[in-house]
Amino acid sequence: MPDAAVALRSPLERLALPAGDRFALAETPPAARFVFRGGEAARAACSAAFGAELPARLGLGGERERRAALWLGPDEWLLIAEGADSASLGAEIEAALVSAPHSLVDVSHRQIGLLVSGPVAARALSAGCPLDLHLSAFPVGMATRTIFDKAEIALWRRGATAFHVEVWRSFAPYLVAALAEAARGAPEG
Amino acid sequence: MTQAFRVAGGAMLDRARPVSFTFDGVAYGGYEGDTLASALLANGVRLVGRSYKYHRPRGIVSAGAEEPNALVGVARGPGRFTPNLRATQVGLFDGLVAMSQNRWPSLAFDVGAVNDLAAPLIGAGFYYKTFMGPDWFGKNWAWRRVYEPAIRLAAGLGAAPSEPDPDRYVRYFDHCDVMIVGAGPAGLAAALAAGASGARVVVCDENPAPGGSLLAETHAQIAGERAWVWLAEALAALRTRPNVRLMPRTQVFGYYAQNFVALCEGVSEPELIADPDLPRERLWQMRAREVVLATGAIERPLVFADNDRPGVMLADAARRYLHQYGVKVGERAVVVTAHDGAYRAAIDLKEAGVKVELIADLRDEASGPWPGTARAAGIRVATKAAMHEVRGRRRVEAVRLAAHPGGMRTISCDALLMSGGWTPSVHLFSQSRGKLVFDEALQVFKPGASAQRERSAGACNATFGLAKALAEGDAAGRAAASAAGFAAPDARPYAVDGAPQADGGMLGAPLHILGDRHAKAFVDFQNDVCVKDVELAVQEGMRSIEHVKRYTTTGMATDQGKLSNMNALAIAAVAQEKTIPEVGLTTFRPPYTPVTFGAFAGPARGDLFDPIRRTPIHDWAAERGAAFEDVGLWKRAWYFPKPAESMHEAVARECRTTRAAVGLFDATTLGKIEVVGPDAAAFLERMYANAFMKLEPGRCRYGLMLSEAGFLMDDGVIARLAPDRFHVTTTTGGAPRVLAHMEDYLQTEFTDLKVWLTSTSEQWAVIAVQGPKARETIAPLMEGIDLANAAFPHMSVRDARVCGVPTRLMRVSFTGELGYEINVPAGFGRPVWEAVWRELEKRGGCAYGTEAMHVMRAEKGYVIVGQETDGTVTLADLGLDWAIGKTKKDFVGKRSLSRPDIIAENRKQLVGLLTENPNVVLEEGAQVTEGATPPLAAPALGHVTSSYRSETLGRSIALALVATGRSRFGEMLHVPMPKGPIRVSVTSPIFYDKLGTRLNA
Amino acid sequence: MLLIPCPYCGMERPELEFRNGGEAHISRPLDPSAVSDADWAEYLYFRSNPKGVMAERWRHVSGCGRFFNVLRDTVSDKFLAVYRAGEPRPPIGAEGSSA
Repeated sequence: MPDAAVALRSPLERLALPAGDRFALAETPPAARFVFRGGEAARAACSAAFGAELPARLGLGGERERRAALWLGPDEWLLIAEGADSASLGAEIEAALVSAPHSLVDVSHRQIGLLVSGPVAARALSAGCPLDLHLSAFPVGMATRTIFDKAEIALWRRGATAFHVEVWRSFAPYLVAALAEAARGAPEG
Repeated sequence: MTQAFRVAGGAMLDRARPVSFTFDGVAYGGYEGDTLASALLANGVRLVGRSYKYHRPRGIVSAGAEEPNALVGVARGPGRFTPNLRATQVGLFDGLVAMSQNRWPSLAFDVGAVNDLAAPLIGAGFYYKTFMGPDWFGKNWAWRRVYEPAIRLAAGLGAAPSEPDPDRYVRYFDHCDVMIVGAGPAGLAAALAAGASGARVVVCDENPAPGGSLLAETHAQIAGERAWVWLAEALAALRTRPNVRLMPRTQVFGYYAQNFVALCEGVSEPELIADPDLPRERLWQMRAREVVLATGAIERPLVFADNDRPGVMLADAARRYLHQYGVKVGERAVVVTAHDGAYRAAIDLKEAGVKVELIADLRDEASGPWPGTARAAGIRVATKAAMHEVRGRRRVEAVRLAAHPGGMRTISCDALLMSGGWTPSVHLFSQSRGKLVFDEALQVFKPGASAQRERSAGACNATFGLAKALAEGDAAGRAAASAAGFAAPDARPYAVDGAPQADGGMLGAPLHILGDRHAKAFVDFQNDVCVKDVELAVQEGMRSIEHVKRYTTTGMATDQGKLSNMNALAIAAVAQEKTIPEVGLTTFRPPYTPVTFGAFAGPARGDLFDPIRRTPIHDWAAERGAAFEDVGLWKRAWYFPKPAESMHEAVARECRTTRAAVGLFDATTLGKIEVVGPDAAAFLERMYANAFMKLEPGRCRYGLMLSEAGFLMDDGVIARLAPDRFHVTTTTGGAPRVLAHMEDYLQTEFTDLKVWLTSTSEQWAVIAVQGPKARETIAPLMEGIDLANAAFPHMSVRDARVCGVPTRLMRVSFTGELGYEINVPAGFGRPVWEAVWRELEKRGGCAYGTEAMHVMRAEKGYVIVGQETDGTVTLADLGLDWAIGKTKKDFVGKRSLSRPDIIAENRKQLVGLLTENPNVVLEEGAQVTEGATPPLAAPALGHVTSSYRSETLGRSIALALVATGRSRFGEMLHVPMPKGPIRVSVTSPIFYDKLGTRLNA
Repeated sequence: MLLIPCPYCGMERPELEFRNGGEAHISRPLDPSAVSDADWAEYLYFRSNPKGVMAERWRHVSGCGRFFNVLRDTVSDKFLAVYRAGEPRPPIGAEGSSA
């Protein structure tokens, strides 16, 4: 355990996050995060060990009980385990994968999660993300790596008007400011 | 002045909301719904601008985006000044302040108007031929010192604003199934059809009110209803559809590949005032599955002498001012035309009380329904007309013309309305790379084969007449919806009564104008291009219409060929004795109308221009007054000045303290890549010049990455954590490049290897502790590690805990001192840093910034990629070839190391330079030469790459790349500078602790 | 901004997510030490730069991260074919040379 004086810090701790009816931003709860890379055998074994299915292709994120696996590429997934301890979870997964070549890397601190919600959430994201975020094109549960203007993000739709965005921590204040600016006066629909 | 020209009607106006505004300091009144142009006309203002080159008085010609003359500056308070706006598109609001342009001292008395008298000297192409020589004071002296400054002073229309723009601008990406450009009859019919299919439909119109020609349609009935009623019902129907978005005041200004369409949406002044959250403009980057172009047509001016006098106006513009804004453009009008539409304007104006003196038709006969109606209404009509003179300078007073019957006559009038027919607006179609075809019967260019998924409907497709436009719009809307994958509704018939089609038109100039070197018959009002200029261009050898355009400047600036193109083309065709299709058309380029810089910049200014990346320790440094420097997107602590300390003093103290005791440095920005997999070591063997197979877990190696061409690309410490796991560090700026380079080889060349890469740059905060007291500083905080030199020697890595937090502790140094880099999860970076800081303070240590880091590494001769290297430097050049794994059969860059130019003997090598005077600090980038005063153009021996004042050595030091440098140790060379050459001696690049005893302490 | 079909994502994605990787099918020699200086220079520096159909590499760097190959008409900017790294260059249909 960290010493008492050593408290976890967030890159957003000094920022005022928008919290209106039309648009709100919130940091997601602390989570263990891993980038998992490997072939099909490793994917199957990791799905079992992690407890949520690592999707085989671009599309909906695999999700089960506060654990989610997002497809980033054909051999690359982002694992998010809310509230979990990354050291012990990492050890559990490694133990289940001794026979399948793979790479499991702890990125719990590399990035933060941002919940973007409200009727203009999709519009604000579309200020920097060139993907079609209409529900018919980007349904609830869809997850992908993409960009927001000059920052790379992973975008995961949690509801019609709610998105979970993963962003590297030094880009997070920029993303927050750019989203807040884009949401201001944005038309709905 | 009262609104003397205001009459009944004016569908756009809200008469209950009068507004006041000023133009050139004079106050006027108007109504909400007016444009600046309609309000000026209502107040009898005719002179609104001065032309670009000749400074001729100019008035309002049109009622739309094509306006060439009425360019004004509009101010909306401090910083809110926009030049070059077309008065026809500026929505009037209370308090608007507008001013005319391109005149001095005033619009009525303009000194620049002498240019009009000098016109023979400044004809077409005068830029290219008038301003040659004399070369009295050197080549091109006169151009550089006299002509160009004078031309620059005179050129340009409006003045650029000088203050920052306080308004907000935003931009969005967007997507739709069917994008409809233009909300006239064809666009609305398309929208109704596509909207009924359920497709996502966006309908844009550049005007505040959708409707296009329907807004001034007084006669027609659509499906048994007045056109205005039909329009209101159509708009209401569209607004109830959730899948249809109607965007007024939105200009589609660019059409790019794969139906990527650029829109600029303006927000009106009343909306802005009502809601401070609204932006001034929104830029929409729209991806449309299918596009319907319904952009209409633009009425063409006629070409005759002095056709630019204020009061000369397009006939249909006069009709629109009457019906849309309740403005009559004059009391006594003469109409000159080659198209039936002008008859309609004459009829409407007469009904509104304007005295229409004559319709002079350039054609041999005037038949058809509209001329018939005009005659029946008692308007005099004469044919075979030839315009000879327009009298009046600042406004039309009379015209002299010949026509049958009646012959030559002079008619007093205050308005001269003209129509040369209609030009389809094919700008966007042409931008989409569609091929235009020339319609011989209609004498227009119209859309031919499409290059993208779009179709044109209505007047922009040369389908003239309301009934045909509605039918074609309906068909286009249905076609677009089904092409986008939606079930289109059945065709919808639109019965139209009461609006017979108007035909006719002419291109170019009438015969008596051609070849007349004295007539000022304008083809392009905005750029002051006359018939004779186009003829001169052809005579001087311009054959391609693109050359004619550039030589004469016709169709440039905001016009973009809207009014001038077809007439210029026809005149050029006659002059070349070719047909119009043979001469061809110039390329239409975006933007269709000018777009503000604000819209393009959007939010990307100030703190949002680029991401500002800060480390977890940034705020700690900022709280202690650190100065920061930009390194890529990162802010890095540069130095930590104490009160009243200069940068030089601070850096000296930081170096001194670190070498004597201990220093603390934030190295978080270093790139980090975790390389994991059974083939991890084999992969690094191929990617780096060094050997890695035998590197033991727990040990580090200084890795050197080459490009395939053999040049040093990046460097960094590589730590082996486990047999199948490496922690690779890169330079701060090189992190993305190195990862991409590795992925490239892994995915496309070394596909046999089982290894994967993950960026961990931001996972770890890196706290560097350097100096003789480094060990004792960190020891109290560490658990689970033996820090003794034997157990944890230089270039080692261990997992441990610091302040209870897991750490990857490395023993590495970039200062030449005993050093550690504490990698901790970034979220714990600041508290761990502070804990180290407390230990450090007890031992007399300090924090140091990037400047001290640079000095200390230069004292040790450590290179920085990008400073000592520029992409053409090899390891041998740097004296680093000892690191190459000699037994490796291959690695990226190896083959290039034996290329002839890389093994050449005269290559530049890294050396140290010591100035004769120890207090002189060389300029980085300065040239190094053999002699003190080298002959001109003699190549330098090399250049200074790094140069500092070294506190440790008590003198200046420099690193340099010098040809055959290592064989020159002890030689005296020179660094020539503006104030005289500086003598330097060549030495080893390692200035301090050559044996490295401090490092291994 | 182009839309680029990514064979790994199975859909068109916006160009901003991609980086161009230069001409495709420039294979690194299996044994560079056996290659003459002239041939090595050819491998390093010389590219065909055609007007018309070009095989080029793209990487979906801010998407799935994969390199792949496309045939693109450099005149019309149209993508005529897209295929995974390692697969042979597909034959071009009649529309291939259209501008």
